[in-house]
Amino acid sequence: MSVDQATVRRIAHLARIKVADEEVPHLQNELNAILAFVEDLTKVDVEGVEPMTSVIPMPMKKRRDVVNDGGIPDEIVANAPVSEDHFFMVPKVVE
Amino acid sequence: MTDLTDLTLAGARDALLRKQTSAVDLAKAHIAAIEKARALNAFIVETPDKALAMAQASDEMIAKGEARPLEGLPLGIKDLYCTSGVQTTAGSHMLEGFVPPYESTVSAHLWRDGATMLGKLNLDEFAMGSSNETSYFGPVISPWRRAGQTTPLTPGGSSGGSASAVAAHLCLGATASDTGGSIRQPAAFTGTVGIKPTYGRCSRWGMVAFASSLDQAGPIARTVRDTAILMRSMAGHDPKDTTSIDLPVPDYETALGRSIKGMKIGIPKEYRMDGMPAEIETLWQQGIDWMKGAGAEIVDISLPHTRYALPAYYIVAPAEASSNLARYDGVRYGLRVPGKDIASMYENTRAAGFGKEVRRRIMIGTYVLSAGYYDAYYVRAQKIRTLIKRDFETVFEAGVDAILTPATPSAAFGLGEKSAADPIEMYLNDIFTVTVNMAGLPGIAVPAGLSSEGLPLGLQLIGRAFDEETLFSVADVIEQSAPKLPQAAKWWI
Repeated sequence: MSVDQATVRRIAHLARIKVADEEVPHLQNELNAILAFVEDLTKVDVEGVEPMTSVIPMPMKKRRDVVNDGGIPDEIVANAPVSEDHFFMVPKVVE
Repeated sequence: MTDLTDLTLAGARDALLRKQTSAVDLAKAHIAAIEKARALNAFIVETPDKALAMAQASDEMIAKGEARPLEGLPLGIKDLYCTSGVQTTAGSHMLEGFVPPYESTVSAHLWRDGATMLGKLNLDEFAMGSSNETSYFGPVISPWRRAGQTTPLTPGGSSGGSASAVAAHLCLGATASDTGGSIRQPAAFTGTVGIKPTYGRCSRWGMVAFASSLDQAGPIARTVRDTAILMRSMAGHDPKDTTSIDLPVPDYETALGRSIKGMKIGIPKEYRMDGMPAEIETLWQQGIDWMKGAGAEIVDISLPHTRYALPAYYIVAPAEASSNLARYDGVRYGLRVPGKDIASMYENTRAAGFGKEVRRRIMIGTYVLSAGYYDAYYVRAQKIRTLIKRDFETVFEAGVDAILTPATPSAAFGLGEKSAADPIEMYLNDIFTVTVNMAGLPGIAVPAGLSSEGLPLGLQLIGRAFDEETLFSVADVIEQSAPKLPQAAKWWI
């Protein structure tokens, strides 16, 4: 399988990465090189094989559904590019 | 006493306990070495004041007779581990200036055991690379050079800063991490020892995520013993990581010196690649002879799905990376580039914050997870992963104790030599290491000889899940049998 330029733009949008028009052909070539490389996998017979979900089999750990951390709002927002009164600030999303 | 930076980690530990030196002197010697070696670009942040304060506390513990297992031993930390109050970047512009208010579990274990921190080590951006050239902070340079040449060489990647700093004697040991070979390939390129433990052996909590089902923390050091010592402290159960295993951590150091007589060492025929350089072939044969010399039995084995491991990895790892890296959106931490609305703010931030290789992998990952392609790519790759793991299970069930392979398909290459248009050429570096991550198994790289150009070459041992002890025993035999590598000449001083 290979991707066309419209698909490259669509993937970039899904990934929320801005791509300039002049970058598209180059990206298309690189992505197609990788897709050609993984093409080999279609030769493997995977009939009846379970997809891996956990590389080391272990029971799912559980813990009590209780608050076990918190009360540190200063630390939580310390690295935010923009914050106010312990809120993360973003551009307006609702008119 | 000779130069304190020439001690091994075990040697420094013993010298401190015998009061032949102090933790402060040991820290000072390494701080001075780091200052002189800035040409290597191994550190992103140096923390000399922290190192000295920690060393002083260690000297007090030693004076009281309460020395802990790593008391006063200066280490470097790969800048993928969050360190409380010290900038953590993962080699990315996206996280430049990020100062975590918490400590990763693995680094916390090292401080719990008395180690001192020299600084944060450079790496490929988000650990995505095999040459350290994708770091926003510039490539790390290997202390090694080809005989008679001054061409700057890569220390490998992604743990290039860790490998370079250890090989150049800037620290006694370092933390590293391995998603597809990022501990073992740089160790092999720099004549150091690096182990990727079994998945689940070390906590991933506080380590910046790349591909969560493959990422595993591990140490790089100058000897098998030093690696075993660090590994014991780094490993252990952590309730904060649901994939961390609740098993006792053995004293790995006691595995050294154990006889390997009668052990079965598997030699997988699929690792004999077309076009493999003759010197790699020779090195491998040499390793086989050392095993035989120590009384081990050599068994020819087959791991039929080996050739599919790398392509399957380049679906699974980018898919997980695209999900993990969705968190970098310019809101809670890291870079923000404004836009006309919130969507364009995200897009501008991620275009500016991520480098080329990271963007490429996020896009591949997004594509293989997108509607209509998920089954064809991602589910198929996970099925192939099951087959790869089954290959290993079959040979281990047949009684094989460990598998011996080359660590890399060549010696270190020059900076810029493989960063051309085709990303696949760089990916092929991980051909011998990536299968181990896909199967979740432990693997260790041990120096075994020099190339015709005078560069280190390494052998890899692959073990059963949670049987790192056997790897240390067999790696010890390789270390004892192999010619001792010279130290890289200190051209940077």
